[in-house]
Amino acid sequence: MPSAKRSHRVGIARLSPCCRIVLAVAVWALAACQSAAANDGIAARDERLRQRLSQGVLRWGGDAEGGAPYQLRDPHDPSRVIGFEVELADALAEVLAQRLKIPLMAEFVQYQWESLELGLLISKDYDCIISGFEVTPARRENMLFTRPYYTYAEQLVVRADDHHINSLEDCLDKAVGTLAGSSAERLLSARGVREIVAFDGQIEPYLDLELGRLDAVLLDSIIALYYASINPKLKYVGGVTDPGSYAIALRPDDVDLAQALDEALGVLIRDGRLRAIFLRWHVWNDQQSALATGEDRSAQLAGLGFTSDGAPAADVADITPADAVDIHIIASSAQLWTIRQYAPLLLKAAGMTLLLTVCSMAAAVCLALPICLARLYGPAPLRWAALVYVEFFRGIPLLLLLFVLYFGFSGFDVQMSAIATAIVGFGLNYAAYEAEIYRSSILAIPVGQWEAGQALGMTHATTFRRIILPQALQTALGPMTNDFVALFKDTSLVSVIAVRELTKEYLILSRSSLKFLELGLLTAALYLCMSVPLGYLSRYLESRFKAGR
Amino acid sequence: MSTTSTPLISVVGLCKRYGPRVVLDNVHFAVKRSETVALIGPSGSGKSTLLRSLNALNQWDAGEIRVGPYTLQADMAAQRNGAAVRQVRRLLGMVFQDFQLFPHFTALDNVAEGPRQVLNLSRDEARTRGRELLDRVGLAAHADNFPHQLSGGQKQRVAIARALAMQPHGLLCDEITSALDPELKYEVLDVLADLKRDGMTLLLVTHEIGFARKAADRVVMLADGGIIEEGPPEQVLDAPRSERTRQFLSRVLA
Repeated sequence: MPSAKRSHRVGIARLSPCCRIVLAVAVWALAACQSAAANDGIAARDERLRQRLSQGVLRWGGDAEGGAPYQLRDPHDPSRVIGFEVELADALAEVLAQRLKIPLMAEFVQYQWESLELGLLISKDYDCIISGFEVTPARRENMLFTRPYYTYAEQLVVRADDHHINSLEDCLDKAVGTLAGSSAERLLSARGVREIVAFDGQIEPYLDLELGRLDAVLLDSIIALYYASINPKLKYVGGVTDPGSYAIALRPDDVDLAQALDEALGVLIRDGRLRAIFLRWHVWNDQQSALATGEDRSAQLAGLGFTSDGAPAADVADITPADAVDIHIIASSAQLWTIRQYAPLLLKAAGMTLLLTVCSMAAAVCLALPICLARLYGPAPLRWAALVYVEFFRGIPLLLLLFVLYFGFSGFDVQMSAIATAIVGFGLNYAAYEAEIYRSSILAIPVGQWEAGQALGMTHATTFRRIILPQALQTALGPMTNDFVALFKDTSLVSVIAVRELTKEYLILSRSSLKFLELGLLTAALYLCMSVPLGYLSRYLESRFKAGR
Repeated sequence: MSTTSTPLISVVGLCKRYGPRVVLDNVHFAVKRSETVALIGPSGSGKSTLLRSLNALNQWDAGEIRVGPYTLQADMAAQRNGAAVRQVRRLLGMVFQDFQLFPHFTALDNVAEGPRQVLNLSRDEARTRGRELLDRVGLAAHADNFPHQLSGGQKQRVAIARALAMQPHGLLCDEITSALDPELKYEVLDVLADLKRDGMTLLLVTHEIGFARKAADRVVMLADGGIIEEGPPEQVLDAPRSERTRQFLSRVLA
């Protein structure tokens, strides 16, 4: 963010020497006034920020499914998230805390990568995005970006025994894998590559390349570093191309925080902490000199490990810090894998799945009854309304419903938590199914049962409540249990609104440990542990009721 | 005493059509208190329709039904939850051919449910009454059995007890032994005979000519939408005046 002061100086530099002297006095006077005013402004801004961050946390959104080196689960302790962006966020919080003299911690908010922008702008689940988020013109229209904290470039990777592909130009009619929604994907489509295969994870494209399902993979070079460079079956071709910037994204109205983070990044650049993080994660390279901009560029270059003319400082490239991260971290995490480490995490996520399922089903079962009654016995308008409800909620995809519920009502004052949204969404959807199950079960009760109740002098309502409904529920129990089991699996959809349940946890953990099969079996076992007893329970109850006939 | 002289049930000009088919054509008919009346006739002759009309379980097109102090018009049966309808149902209990016990209740709860829900008896009062009635139909030992654990005859006796629990003045029995094996019929018929002795008004749609002869005060022969003949059983059953009755009896008794 260029300040007014800086643009003046740039202007002066272009003037002829004789004018400079005349102007200098005036400019110095002006600058002095300005800086006094700016100091006042900054003090006021810092005060506003203290209010803004009074909770003591700076929430940043990312997706640990993304992987190394951005964010991933620590193979030594999978309950922790590590990555160069995690360290960056911690350092930024530290700088801000010092500056504002308040306690401040960075807090990682797990989110679906594709939804990060929505989580920032609409549901406001975090203050900023730090997640390999490329600065693009389209994103600039919606969000505020700080100065870049990393310069990325694209790296083409092919199979080691492939001698035909030497550049992106050789790939135009080939199958090229990349990450969905990434700048690499945009680049591929801009270059006219015909078959672009976009994945959600970083491991899969390289895996498919190795297996021959793809001819090449184009991804950010630091992804290639962790996932391709260590694989002898793959090789880099061409140099890095199409550099771009990762920066921190904020809401457009969050100018104060954006400025403060901007300055904090400047501090980390100048004092060498950013360089240290890069080196620890092996992502330092000579393109990072582009991060140095503005008035004290040479100090920034020095902090980043460059000489004042932008060349790498003699010693920097060779330094590997003692605490550097193992470049084989992904592969070695597969070695470190123990069930004891991962089972508790999956179990916790299974708890969320169980909570969501039970609450949603309870909501659906309760909501379904009035709907069914309106549909069966209501006056015509109510009958129609109930029919519309059933057809509507049966007919739309759950994913759509969840998305709309979570992000679509942000303009209103009701702001539901993600878990509440999930329960409401599943409840609304499943109520439509349960209402139809009730309806058919009620209609299946012989009319003689109605007559028997009425012949005793019972009202319609009493007959329904005491005679018809209990029997109908017994009939409904089987199909309802089916739905219950189906709901267990449907709850995996809630990861789109950033609820971490069992399937999402599996995806995150398996991508940082490569134990797709082992963790998959464990996850499946957890699902079965929840659904199989349910099936038995329903068969037991059914047989009991059947015996009761 | 007026209670014995005025009929408990009067049917005045009852008409009922199913589409173009006339089932009941201007039927006049009455049952005195404590009287046992057997309704006989070929199937489709409207016996069941007549009986069910008395409990407003089906609608009719014209005519009225008087039960005790209550009168049901043709259009009242349509609003099946009307207060008069429910009063009539309390006066006349109904027992169905296929029992229609509540499968999710025990025998005792089947009997106690009506008093609890309709007469607002407490659970204990209702169950006490239920036990007494189960005892009366000889099923005290089966109070806690579910319907599926009972034989057909036992089920039908529970159904009778269930109807009696509402303390009705009369009982409408719709071919209540037709679904039973012959050897089980008698336990049900014995209960009916017992009720008759105690002064219960009984209106039976039945094919049990033997029972009608023994127990009925009056036999009513219904055919082709109307009453063909009626009178004491020895007259209608043993010396029918109508050829239609003779024909029917010869087929039933064959």
